Amino acid sequence: MKTLTYRDAVNAALHEEMELDPSVFVYGIDVGDHKRIFGTTNNLVEDFGPDRCFSTPLCEETLVGFGLGAAITGQRPVNVHMRVDFLLLAMNQLANMVTTWSYGSGGSLRVPFVIRAIIGRGWGQSYQHCKSLQSIFGHIPGLRVVMPATPADAKGMLKAAIRCDDPVLVIEHRWLYDAEGVVGDLDEIAPLEGASILRPGTDLTIAATSWMNVEAMHAAKILGKAGVGCEIVDVRAVAPLDDTTVAASVAKTGYCVVADTDWVPYGLGAELAARLHERCFDSLKAPVKRVGFAFTHCPCSRPLENLFYPNAGQIVRAAEELLKLPPVDLEGEDFYSYERKFRGPF
Amino acid sequence: MEQTLAVARQLYRRMYLIRTAEDAIVKRYHENDMKTPMHMSMGAEAIAAAVCLAIGPDSLCVSSYRSHGTYLARTLETDRFFAELYGKCGGTADGRAGSMHLSAPEQGYLGGSAIVASVIPVATGAAFSLKRLGRDAVVAVFFGDGAIDEGSFWESLNIACAWRLPVLFVCEDNGFAVHTPAGVRHGYASITDIVSRFRISAAETSTTDASLLHAATQELLADMRAAQRPGFIRMHYYRYLEHVGVNEDFAAGYRPRDEYEEWLAVDPVTTQRTRLLEAGVAEDWVAEMERGIDAQVAHSIELAVAAPFPDECILFRDVMTNENVDIS
Ligand SMILES: Cc1ncc(C[n+]2csc(CCOP(=O)(O)OP(=O)(O)O)c2C)c(N)n1
Ligand SMILES: [Mg+2]
Repeated sequence: MKTLTYRDAVNAALHEEMELDPSVFVYGIDVGDHKRIFGTTNNLVEDFGPDRCFSTPLCEETLVGFGLGAAITGQRPVNVHMRVDFLLLAMNQLANMVTTWSYGSGGSLRVPFVIRAIIGRGWGQSYQHCKSLQSIFGHIPGLRVVMPATPADAKGMLKAAIRCDDPVLVIEHRWLYDAEGVVGDLDEIAPLEGASILRPGTDLTIAATSWMNVEAMHAAKILGKAGVGCEIVDVRAVAPLDDTTVAASVAKTGYCVVADTDWVPYGLGAELAARLHERCFDSLKAPVKRVGFAFTHCPCSRPLENLFYPNAGQIVRAAEELLKLPPVDLEGEDFYSYERKFRGPF
Repeated sequence: MEQTLAVARQLYRRMYLIRTAEDAIVKRYHENDMKTPMHMSMGAEAIAAAVCLAIGPDSLCVSSYRSHGTYLARTLETDRFFAELYGKCGGTADGRAGSMHLSAPEQGYLGGSAIVASVIPVATGAAFSLKRLGRDAVVAVFFGDGAIDEGSFWESLNIACAWRLPVLFVCEDNGFAVHTPAGVRHGYASITDIVSRFRISAAETSTTDASLLHAATQELLADMRAAQRPGFIRMHYYRYLEHVGVNEDFAAGYRPRDEYEEWLAVDPVTTQRTRLLEAGVAEDWVAEMERGIDAQVAHSIELAVAAPFPDECILFRDVMTNENVDIS
């Protein structure tokens, strides 16, 4: 048991799995340069050589097709994309090829292929470096989509993803990289399916993805002062989605806010709301509330950026509406701002 | 001769403007008020100046995220430029776009993109449009040596050649995509060689002398017009600063400082200044122009700092034409 940052947890997972299995290799744009993908690919070139960790030309579609080819011929490739936005260039390979190959081969070819993609945010990265899009990826059959929110999951889920015989997309939020937590040992993996209860409560369920778990914890603290006990369910895996855990929580609380790091329309909140209707309609005391990005493009300007991204404040307001509570005063509340962690670009 | 002198002056005006505006960014970035990722043009001033001047005001251009040079060479204005960098009202998109997405459509600069190579097809479509409209103009598209790794570059090149579209492909080659050198990314020795096998007018330069770059671009444009086909020009330069940000990065170890010193000895801005003086332009005239630009930049920054931030309604404006309609 060790305490690591999320960044080092990702690095440790890669390191351990590369050590255990020589068929694992890591590739992608800039994975081998001195910045090492925010430090997540540190020491891989040094310890495993340039054949197992290498920077590539800029050619996302080909990189993903390449991974498929390697995966069906005995390798366990890990392809890294510095932003989810860049992965969109590979949507053809992902939706038409990677996710269909096992099906089309009647199951005789499996695709043990991991794609890591990072959600950017802040410092005016604006509308081409900010996307999350888990609902789009989760919409495609044959693709596992996970969003680790803690260092333990960052390590355990990535290790599980590398050992998995299905294609797995791991979506990491850049802001989580500095989070610290206890992580599992060499042979410990975290399941690729199943939500988890981050905080128990009885009055309201907050189902959150990725960074929104941090905001949800903050919101729970604020609401706690008003006597509301929030249960936070970290969704963890977008596909397959564990609605059982969320429904069990809602059966207890009767209320649900979905806090997602993505646009709301056609999003994870819509999917969860539909499933809660199917699974525990009678327990719901009010319609499910959804919190996510403002439905516009991410603007550059700092004050507009603040309006674009949801935070603990919006979760609190959504909860108050559901529970018909008077709004608490958020005036002196110290909401998270990235200036605390870093300055300057990226 | 008079004409050459006039061109030399215009080139220097543009280059001095780009350098001065970027010097100001370097000086003030640490104040943390320009919250936008800066991909600096420093070292590449001659390319933007030469190409933008050569294509003329009727032509169009699009660029990558490394676009300060293109924007300034094309527009010569700094009020909207700095307002955008400060995320303020009065910017090119009232703060929505930032450094990576500057635009000035009314001056033929259609915009830029932070997704590498993704403007190249856009330029190709715009060139198709110009051709249909019967305009005697081209679309210049600026991109780096990393963009030519992408399929969309080759697909656009092919279409432009097959359909004889007036695209001027400008590859601003600094030898790196972020920190990864071209040598490990390219399965060929010379991009210009390969491209020249297409039905295209192709050229390559390695000088920092803006007048020479301007002449090379003009020659290429003449050839394109005569042969009714697109053009490609690879222009080597040295990126002075880190990939993104305003600092030097020689300590990182991926490129040696001496290389920079060599290029600095032929710095495009000082080279052009020397050319002007050698050609007999009075030093007073040059100094006067420089003072004018210094004042312009300082004034634009003052305006930007004083300008208000955009208010909430800007957040949703222009996503679609039916603005402010809540479509969520
Ligand atoms: C499609 C895509 N892939 C990756 C990136 C990340 N990225 C941003 S700039 C860059 C390098 C581009 O190099 P080059 O085209 O030579 O332009 P330069 O920055 O050198 O001017 C990369 C890989 C991106 N923005 N878009
Ligand atoms: Mg380059």
